[in-house]
Amino acid sequence: MPCFALLLAICLAFAALAGTAAPAAADTYALPEPTAQFKAPPDSGHAAGFQAAQENCMTCHSADYIAMQPPKKGQTFWDAEVTKMIKVYHAPIEDQQAKAIAAYLGATY
Amino acid sequence: MMMDRRSLLAALAVGAGSRALAPLRAAADETVALPFGNGERPLVAYPGKRPLLQMTARPPQLETPFAVFDADAITPNDAFFVRYHLADIPTAIDPLAFRVAVTGHVERPVELSLAEIKALPGRTEIAAVNQCSGNSRGFFEPRIAGGQIANGAMGCARWTGVPLKSLLDKAGVKAGAVQVSFGGLDGPVLPETPDFAKALPLGQANDGEVMLAWGMNGQDLPWLNGFPLRLVVPGYYGTYWVKHLNAVTVLDTPFEGFWMKSAYRIPDNPCACTEPGKAPDRTVPIGRLNIRSFVTNLADGAQVKTGRVPLRGIAFDGGSGIKAVEISTDDGKTWSPARLGQDLGRYAFRAWKAEADLAPGPHALRVRATGNDGGTQPMEPRWNPAGYMRNVVETTRVRAA
Repeated sequence: MPCFALLLAICLAFAALAGTAAPAAADTYALPEPTAQFKAPPDSGHAAGFQAAQENCMTCHSADYIAMQPPKKGQTFWDAEVTKMIKVYHAPIEDQQAKAIAAYLGATY
Repeated sequence: MMMDRRSLLAALAVGAGSRALAPLRAAADETVALPFGNGERPLVAYPGKRPLLQMTARPPQLETPFAVFDADAITPNDAFFVRYHLADIPTAIDPLAFRVAVTGHVERPVELSLAEIKALPGRTEIAAVNQCSGNSRGFFEPRIAGGQIANGAMGCARWTGVPLKSLLDKAGVKAGAVQVSFGGLDGPVLPETPDFAKALPLGQANDGEVMLAWGMNGQDLPWLNGFPLRLVVPGYYGTYWVKHLNAVTVLDTPFEGFWMKSAYRIPDNPCACTEPGKAPDRTVPIGRLNIRSFVTNLADGAQVKTGRVPLRGIAFDGGSGIKAVEISTDDGKTWSPARLGQDLGRYAFRAWKAEADLAPGPHALRVRATGNDGGTQPMEPRWNPAGYMRNVVETTRVRAA
């Protein structure tokens, strides 16, 4: 069974490590995974933007970054945010997708 | 010898240190509602941290619950706030293999291990406040994009380390150097995103106070506060306190990186402020903390018993030290002095105590600090486009009955 074989290999490797007094392994940190999701848009007209936001924004940050922004700031605010992500942080988002994302954010948050 | 899966995992976890014992998914049991729109925050316990207000999960950004500041003028490591800009943060660091490189305009580029850093001359400890530039941004009106923090992106710790000067001397700064820049192990997800790096003028870097710190309140730095080494810049905003510090570069021309040249800029005027909604004519990099004070034992909206009500809190500034704290129980018409607590140093939180005689009914308690440099707090909040440096005289509304 592949599972058992893998476990055995790990055990043997670990036993070997312990036996040779190898230098201390790296300290590690178990960073909790994000759980926040994007809000569904108010109407189906923003479905494409909703999908594009899910596919692009979470490359660099979790969805809570958007949810915590001040409410009802309007389209100008979200246009500026999407532009900042592309121009300043170099998010690789096509123009048409960027417009759809900004429109979805403006309508939803 | 054969191990079952559970004992194998347990053995691996012991080998990797207690940091590895945490669950991969932190459960949020409770939510806190900060007093501004979209202020709901889950309380999440990260490995090595008590439950803190989770602003964002990726990158991790955690705010300290304000009640922590009432317990002690030193903020515990497990309660200290966390702020990252970019999500590629280190999750495995071998302290024995860790090196700090000093390069650039130096006689001898060097790479030092933690042990070599700890053996540099001038080992020292200092109590100092680390405060995020955007602490309290959520209270700005009109509101501003960015990290939406209440007042909990600050903390005071005892930092143990050596002067940055000792490291620079080891490499030998060449004549003509003007600045020193700093980078850490954390970085951007996309290589095109500007990596987080900061710079200080050479004179400040060499002032003997700017420190490479590995210790915080007598322990190793918590992972999320920059393990195993960070820059400590007493009196300056946290943006300069580069975490996981591994690159020190001496420059003979001013640093041009995004996080100095475009971000973390304030209006170039005495109040660091503009008309709300207006852009400044000229900007400069953010620098020293301005003076602030808080009531810590009563939350806004609290009910208290009529009569003599004990008040306590903290005050701090950018390093002149706190000269006086005053209390007003009539919304700023009259003021009376508070008693200052133990002096932990001019960069630390200064505890204070006072009493207020409160008749039945609503009261607006105000607290105002004055620094040894004469600096004090404005009665009305100031505004700037990035939402930095809030230091209005705080108001705590209570009802006595």
